[in-house]
Amino acid sequence: MDLASRIGWTLLSFFVALNYGFVINGIIRKVMARIQGRFGPPVWQPYIDLGKMAFQRNSISHGIMFWLGPVFRAVGGVGLYLLMPVVMGDPRLYAFTDMGDLLLMMYFMFFGSLGMALGAGEGGHPHSPIGISRGLSQMTAYELPFILAVVALVAQTRSFDVTAIMAAQQGGVLHWNLFANPLSSIAAFIALLGMNMYAPFNIVGAPTEIPVGPMTEYHNAYISFMMVGRSAFAIAKTVLFMNLFLGGAHSVIEAVVKIFAIYFWTVFVGAVFMRFRAEQSVRFFLRWPAALGVAGLALSLWR
Amino acid sequence: MKNHEPDKPWDLTRFPTIQPPAGSRPHADAGDATCFLGAEDRLRAPKLDEAVATIKNWFRAMSLNVLAFGTGCGAIELRPLATSRFDMSRFGITGAPTPRQSNVFIISGYLATKTLKRVIRCYEQMPNPKWVVALGSCTINGGMYWDSYNTIKVLDLYMPVDVYISGCMPRPEALIAGFSYLMDEIKAGRANGWHHYLENLDWYRENQKQVITDWDLPDYNW
Ligand code: SF4
Repeated sequence: MDLASRIGWTLLSFFVALNYGFVINGIIRKVMARIQGRFGPPVWQPYIDLGKMAFQRNSISHGIMFWLGPVFRAVGGVGLYLLMPVVMGDPRLYAFTDMGDLLLMMYFMFFGSLGMALGAGEGGHPHSPIGISRGLSQMTAYELPFILAVVALVAQTRSFDVTAIMAAQQGGVLHWNLFANPLSSIAAFIALLGMNMYAPFNIVGAPTEIPVGPMTEYHNAYISFMMVGRSAFAIAKTVLFMNLFLGGAHSVIEAVVKIFAIYFWTVFVGAVFMRFRAEQSVRFFLRWPAALGVAGLALSLWR
Repeated sequence: MKNHEPDKPWDLTRFPTIQPPAGSRPHADAGDATCFLGAEDRLRAPKLDEAVATIKNWFRAMSLNVLAFGTGCGAIELRPLATSRFDMSRFGITGAPTPRQSNVFIISGYLATKTLKRVIRCYEQMPNPKWVVALGSCTINGGMYWDSYNTIKVLDLYMPVDVYISGCMPRPEALIAGFSYLMDEIKAGRANGWHHYLENLDWYRENQKQVITDWDLPDYNW
């Protein structure tokens, strides 16, 4: 495939993924509302919010890093998505997979949070640094089980290439890493709870505690940009999990269903749990998930 | 400035009057292009601008973010409004924890002069366009606090109010009715209190300084 059509297909698939992220956000709000016995906003409410935020005036900026924070965050999401094969065997949906391996992807996963931390820190509101310190310490904690799980998969397939890891899982549901290496998978899926930051790990935004944490000074156009970045990142992250643990997808429908299932695992857990305190969250990740990650790594090395 | 008589809230002459330039139509999006006062021609809107403003106003009306700031007794009615019985999120109304992210300010009852200072500060930090919903008789004419020594009596002397909801205290149904009225006004481009505030900042400042004796706010804080 020549470069132009490759870029075209990538843009198209990114656009679809972005919209899927928005629809998922709408469904999440609806589902949460139904769980709480409410009707909830319409499913297209995220689009209306996006429009409204784009049409409100921006009153302030706190400096160049304040502007760049949301940009960095969006770059993290977009960069991750561009490196991801979405549908197996369909080169149109492979984006720029051949240009980066798992290490680069994991770098992109944490790049966004770091950029956001720098940007929000410039906002100057006392809640921002509190949220940032909580977010970064939680990130350090959930990174451990996640990295252990990824290293286990890499040791198993002897490759940092996502397509190789996907190819190794073909030939039936029981070949998926979810079943082939259950301990690592459980560790990674618990780490995903921390990444998606629903309860009990929503200590960064922490509604009613440190109202919205790092985003306290952000408003309107910043937030609309952040919403776009966040949907892209949510989908990209979920596609990575699908490729690593659920054997990838063979059609767009399969991808849509698997992304939905993986994402809603965190949402449903979030619906029934209360929030941890910051130090509880960090300790949690460093105990059982980390132990599971080590066990999974040992298992894959032993085989 | 005109001294206000708290016993005569119906006396509309207490408001300053704005004269739009001859031949212009009032326009919902008027203040958007400029940060502040001074540009005369912004009240003149060509057809296309008007269509765009209509679309923008529709989006704004369908997604209201209420600042989490409760004054007086009426704030207690906001809880049932937000939770499962009345559920304001059906209408796209959600809460916002910081002034920067909100565009509706509910003044939910009597306002002590001490609180008024914080209210003004929060109101001015909210990005334009923004709207104020005043709840209960206390904000209209002082209500049962009409002879109190430290509450204000007529709210719209100090900040522009777009919708009043009467009652002591108004039930959540009344609030929903008020919100739907506010949405209609926004869509029709008539909810321009924020613009009125910008145009008459001096007048509002003077009134505010009359009741806030320990004035230490910056001249404007947005
Ligand atoms: S109007 Fe009634 S309920 Fe509302 S603040 Fe005043 S006294 Fe309280």
